[in-house]
Amino acid sequence: MVKKKHDVDVLEKCPTGIKGLDEITKGGIPKGRPTLICGSAGCGKTLFAMEFLMRGAMDYSEPGVFMTFEETPEDLAKNFISLGFDLNGMISRGLIAMDHVYIERSEIEETGEYDLEGLFIRLGNAIDSIGAKRVVLDTIEALFSGLSNAAIIRAELRRLFHWLKGRGVTAIVTGESGDRLLTRYGLEEYVADCVIFLDFRIEAQISTRRLRIVKYRGSSHGADEYPFLIDERGISILPITSLGLDYTVSMDRVSTGVPKLDAMLDGKGFYRGSTILVSGTAGTGKTSMSATFADAACRRGERCLYFAFEESPSQIIRNMGSIGVDLSRWVKKGLLKFHSARPSLYGLEMHLVTFHKVIDDFNPQVFIIDPISNLSAAGTESEVKSILTRLIDHLKMKKITTFLTDLTHFGGSLEHTSEEISSLIDTWLLLRDIELNGERNRGLYILKSRGMAHSNQIQEFMLTNQGIDLIDIYTGSGEVLTGSARAAQEAQEKASELASRREADRRLREQERRRNALETNIAALRAEFDVETEEVHLMAEEERKRQAVLAEDRLKMAHLRRAKPSVSPAKRSKKNRERRIK
Amino acid sequence: MKSVSPGKKKKAKTDATEKIWNLRLYVAGQTRKSITAFANLKKICEDHLAGEYRIEVIDLLKDPQLAKGDQIIAIPTLVRKLPEPIKKIIGDLADTERVLVGLDIRPVSE
Repeated sequence: MVKKKHDVDVLEKCPTGIKGLDEITKGGIPKGRPTLICGSAGCGKTLFAMEFLMRGAMDYSEPGVFMTFEETPEDLAKNFISLGFDLNGMISRGLIAMDHVYIERSEIEETGEYDLEGLFIRLGNAIDSIGAKRVVLDTIEALFSGLSNAAIIRAELRRLFHWLKGRGVTAIVTGESGDRLLTRYGLEEYVADCVIFLDFRIEAQISTRRLRIVKYRGSSHGADEYPFLIDERGISILPITSLGLDYTVSMDRVSTGVPKLDAMLDGKGFYRGSTILVSGTAGTGKTSMSATFADAACRRGERCLYFAFEESPSQIIRNMGSIGVDLSRWVKKGLLKFHSARPSLYGLEMHLVTFHKVIDDFNPQVFIIDPISNLSAAGTESEVKSILTRLIDHLKMKKITTFLTDLTHFGGSLEHTSEEISSLIDTWLLLRDIELNGERNRGLYILKSRGMAHSNQIQEFMLTNQGIDLIDIYTGSGEVLTGSARAAQEAQEKASELASRREADRRLREQERRRNALETNIAALRAEFDVETEEVHLMAEEERKRQAVLAEDRLKMAHLRRAKPSVSPAKRSKKNRERRIK
Repeated sequence: MKSVSPGKKKKAKTDATEKIWNLRLYVAGQTRKSITAFANLKKICEDHLAGEYRIEVIDLLKDPQLAKGDQIIAIPTLVRKLPEPIKKIIGDLADTERVLVGLDIRPVSE
């Protein structure tokens, strides 16, 4: 019946299937050995043990035996159905065997020597009936209260754990925590391989469940206290220690949802997977920025997870409708998921666990927390910082673009984030009030943006019914103006500009007119000159004619006087002939 | 179920109105403790319940599934099935006084 199984050098591990535990333990609890789970009443020992069996039976085809010393199988079945485990169904399918060991001290008289072989036989019988690989004893300490001979019990427990190892079953033994010892009856003395401690603490009226691996012989393991959640799907433990800085980064850029802001960020927007912080005082438009960014992400078909710590999802959707951002359609499409909770709902660690859990479930590309400053309601500043560091590391590793808003307080320095997380931030946008001339306007500028040439200008941040708009701020004449002052200044400038333009036009026209006048004059003079020239020509002609006439007259006269020697005899004869003919 | 109770010791048939002590002794194989327990039980019964008892010895190595019914964890365990209420005595029954108290025999036989 008892099979000897010799341990090999490498410690074999048995995956528990409990979310997160296998990562902390680097593979699970020791295979074929007992593990002790201890903790105070109500810390989740039984659930832990039960989930180990359930996961084993469902996910690893390892049937399990649940030996309960306290609760009846009926009560257990009722408890587990609320966590989504169908205990009775598993029992009827031969995946789980249940044995309720009931010890009523008043019914039992002890005389002389005995051993607990009956228990061994029952356990052995249960293991054999379903071929179990996993065993839970919850909680075996009941033996101490049921039987009076502690010496026998101790000896028998030692034998039991040895026997369990011999059977090669992976066992979980639960134990109630004691005053000085981990367990009230020192069970850790027998279970030397792996001890897990569950804690249920209340600090500042906020309860947090935590898990710690006290020891794990032959294996390295996470040594921290890990918070864990019990919800309708069982236990989730999240290994949320800082993950270091060895993640790879993306060169991809994502739009901010505001074209002008993209332009300010090198023309391309944020880096994918970077961490963006928008800080500002109340009412500077942080939520509007978040919603716009979420909207832009969903337009790209990305999944966006929105943690709202101040407003309910429906309120955000309604309010963002007023600036023309329709988030409800993304919610309907399943691209956008809201998660609203008051920060004081549970402890900081729990928030982190919730973040992790929801991120793992929803698998978003964009993650928004609005605002992170409210987390400080659930813990001290250093705790918040540690949580955010761990969260941001986790998100960076998953290449999720993280968009955080932070409410800064009036009077405080604007560059002071309430959680002192500036070093974790890649791109930091600052929204600030600019109070001038009896009005309050919003200004936006980029405080830093790692890895890109970003604008250094302050832009006026406007919320219109078509969304966010950025307007160049007025910076002329040595002053910075926003809002109506900027508008007035701009109008004034426009007017004076118009006036000077008109003046220039007028001068231009005048000059033209003068040029025209001049040209007219020139034309007139030229005409006059022409007239004069013509007269001169006429006179010259007349003179020439007169001279000609004069010359002819002289000739005539000379002819008449016949004193013209120059006339040839031929001519004369001709003339004579002509005269004779006449 | 192996009924070791020897028929010859059942003298209870003589009086039907007299209550019958129905005793069950759970053992796991022929160990020293179980043999001692059986011997001690027989002696006590003979001394105090002569003819009014019935002993049933159950060897859990042969019928392990029977351990669940009577909530047996320790070996040996003596269970007083009748008269009711059920009483359990664990151990090798070496302390006769305690066995008598445990079985509620003393006041009856006195």
